[in-house]
Amino acid sequence: MSATLIKDGSICSDNWFLLAADTLGDTQADKLAQHDGDNIIVPLSCWLEIGEQLLARPGKTGVWLQSNETPAALAADLSRLPLIALNFPVFSDGRAYSSARELRQNMGFEGELRAIGDVLRDQLFYMARCGFNAFALREDQDAETALAALDDFREAYQASVDRPQPLFRRRA
Amino acid sequence: MYRYDNYDHQMLADRVAQFRDQTSRYLAGKLSDAEFLPLRLQNGLYVQRLAPMLRIAIPYGMLSSTQMRKLAHIADYYDKGYAHLTTRQNIQFNWPALAEVPDILEHLAEVEMHAIQTSGNCIRNTTTDQFAGVSADEVEDARAYCEIIRQWSTFHPEFAYLPRKFKIAVCGTRRDQAATQVHDIGLYIVRNDAGEIGFRVLVGGGLGRTPVIGSEIREFLPQQHLLSYLDAILRVYNREGRRDNKYKARIKILVKETGVDTFRDKVEAEWQAIKDGPMTLTQAEVERCRAFFHDPAYKDLPAHSDTLTQALNTDLLFAAWYQQNVAAHKKTGYAIVTICVKKTGFAPGDLDSAQMRFVADLADNYSFGEMRIAHTQNIVFADVAADALYQLWQDLKTHDLEADNLGLLNDMICCPGGDFCALANAKSIPIAESIQRRFSHQELRDIGAVSLNISGCMNACGHHHVGNIGILGVDKKGEEYYQVSLGGSADNNTSLGKIVGPAFSQEEIPVVIEKIVAVYKQSREPEEAFLHTYQRIGMEPFKDALYGSKTGETKDAGRKAAGAQS
Repeated sequence: MSATLIKDGSICSDNWFLLAADTLGDTQADKLAQHDGDNIIVPLSCWLEIGEQLLARPGKTGVWLQSNETPAALAADLSRLPLIALNFPVFSDGRAYSSARELRQNMGFEGELRAIGDVLRDQLFYMARCGFNAFALREDQDAETALAALDDFREAYQASVDRPQPLFRRRA
Repeated sequence: MYRYDNYDHQMLADRVAQFRDQTSRYLAGKLSDAEFLPLRLQNGLYVQRLAPMLRIAIPYGMLSSTQMRKLAHIADYYDKGYAHLTTRQNIQFNWPALAEVPDILEHLAEVEMHAIQTSGNCIRNTTTDQFAGVSADEVEDARAYCEIIRQWSTFHPEFAYLPRKFKIAVCGTRRDQAATQVHDIGLYIVRNDAGEIGFRVLVGGGLGRTPVIGSEIREFLPQQHLLSYLDAILRVYNREGRRDNKYKARIKILVKETGVDTFRDKVEAEWQAIKDGPMTLTQAEVERCRAFFHDPAYKDLPAHSDTLTQALNTDLLFAAWYQQNVAAHKKTGYAIVTICVKKTGFAPGDLDSAQMRFVADLADNYSFGEMRIAHTQNIVFADVAADALYQLWQDLKTHDLEADNLGLLNDMICCPGGDFCALANAKSIPIAESIQRRFSHQELRDIGAVSLNISGCMNACGHHHVGNIGILGVDKKGEEYYQVSLGGSADNNTSLGKIVGPAFSQEEIPVVIEKIVAVYKQSREPEEAFLHTYQRIGMEPFKDALYGSKTGETKDAGRKAAGAQS
């Protein structure tokens, strides 16, 4: 992966490899062999098929979901996954915001929740409020300004993952 | 009305700064058109036929005189001196310059206004009955709940990129004037047997390309669960609403395709997971919001006003206005006045800056400094002393605001249409005017209550589906034509109009309306309104009058008559 990663409020290097859905399939075994010992993020279909085998490898394993795939598919696996990534095929596809909240608030996922795909500066603030703590920025995005976007607003009305009490319960 | 505290002000200031930065990045070529699009839309900014259009939010229609003066200032300084009232109780400017929009937003923020989420695929301005809180017949004032929903929906992080736009209406009056049943979510305030407040929840209503009346998914939602239940509905929609086709992306299509019972079950399952969490409304918050909508300092006035009686007996024009535009108030000695912004020769719902300032002054003088914008594109003074009505009417006359046609044929809902809007297939404003010019004052009164709604395209901003008479602009081989429908209504028994037949040309429309009215007048029973006559006699008599046995002949005759008129 070449994109810049923001994690837990700072720019950092990425030590995970994202395996796209089309790089697996028939040549799955070969591809995985190339990443022997690496930390990899695999598509849901791959996880469902050979999850046990992946966990037995030396590297860590995470799963990424396409925007039409729901977190329910991972309900039984959350404690075994240090990372879940949610894909934004295009920034205007807002389904992953709901998936993120579901993972954090309803399912109690506490690992790294990473936004991948069309991840742009102007959406980061809402993503963070929905529970993403890592952002693999689209390649053309400037990391410093993206980092600043996490502070676009100082306050918010709703209950959210980063601030579970809505403003009406905090208003002084 | 609601007043901002430091939290509200801070969020608004941050928003203005954010949009200023986004605009400058766009102008510097650092943001693509596609990336800037939802950002500007969520700040009310469209790119239109002639210039950008900026739609400013008027939360549930409540506006102070100070805010109105600021809007007048913006009209003069950044626009061409006028503005347009919309069917979402908002106001829009047609000529701002893109680079100046951040400055306009900064001006608005000074008076606790903004353009947040007045457009785009997000939760839009929540609307309600323009008589909320003053109606003589009301379950509960809806405005506190509207404000609670406003705060919940503003910058909601999860629902800023929905499949499509999302509109919520709340109605607490017994006679629904908010078109509640044609909203993505319609909430009727109700009380249960124990007298507790809750909501009857409708979902999946809407106009546009596929008009649908909302379906009930919950008979009684206790008020403390309002926000978690809304979250649950929106989450199901955000996850499952169609994103492959923008014309099938509204929640009404999802509800239809899923089936209302299955949809209800999905919402229920989602709700159970978040119910009783931190979004549960506290009584303190409900009371805090209610306190903003307490009654103004009403005087104890007698039930009978000699000044009013005398004026009614001596001034027939005033009496006509009074009969049409003044409604009963819950407080003895007060009245609700609707300023009908539909004077013939003026674009429906348009105000120039002088009128805006004047209306602000009148609100200060007559109605505790506040007013409401109705979804019918009129202005309401909610608290006018009966003694002052005659003077108010005389004042209104000085600025062309005395139209006495509220609820009559000339009080049409009309979108800006092809004169301004990039989406329109046809013009609406000239159609409205040609109809208005066709009927005399006396004829209008004789015809009585009828709603006529005009949209310039399928998107139905002019609510044509729910007009007793609806007119829709269509494109026929590059020419502007108008499809006419009958029998729509947006009241407690909402119904969708049915198309009469082939579309008409612009010139034919006034004659068409005249013929429709003639059928009504021939067929009506004493005191029977247009809609009820239509419901009783059906479409056929109207069809016969419009198309006869040979469609072509009648239409030609209509064309000649229309030509003679102009």
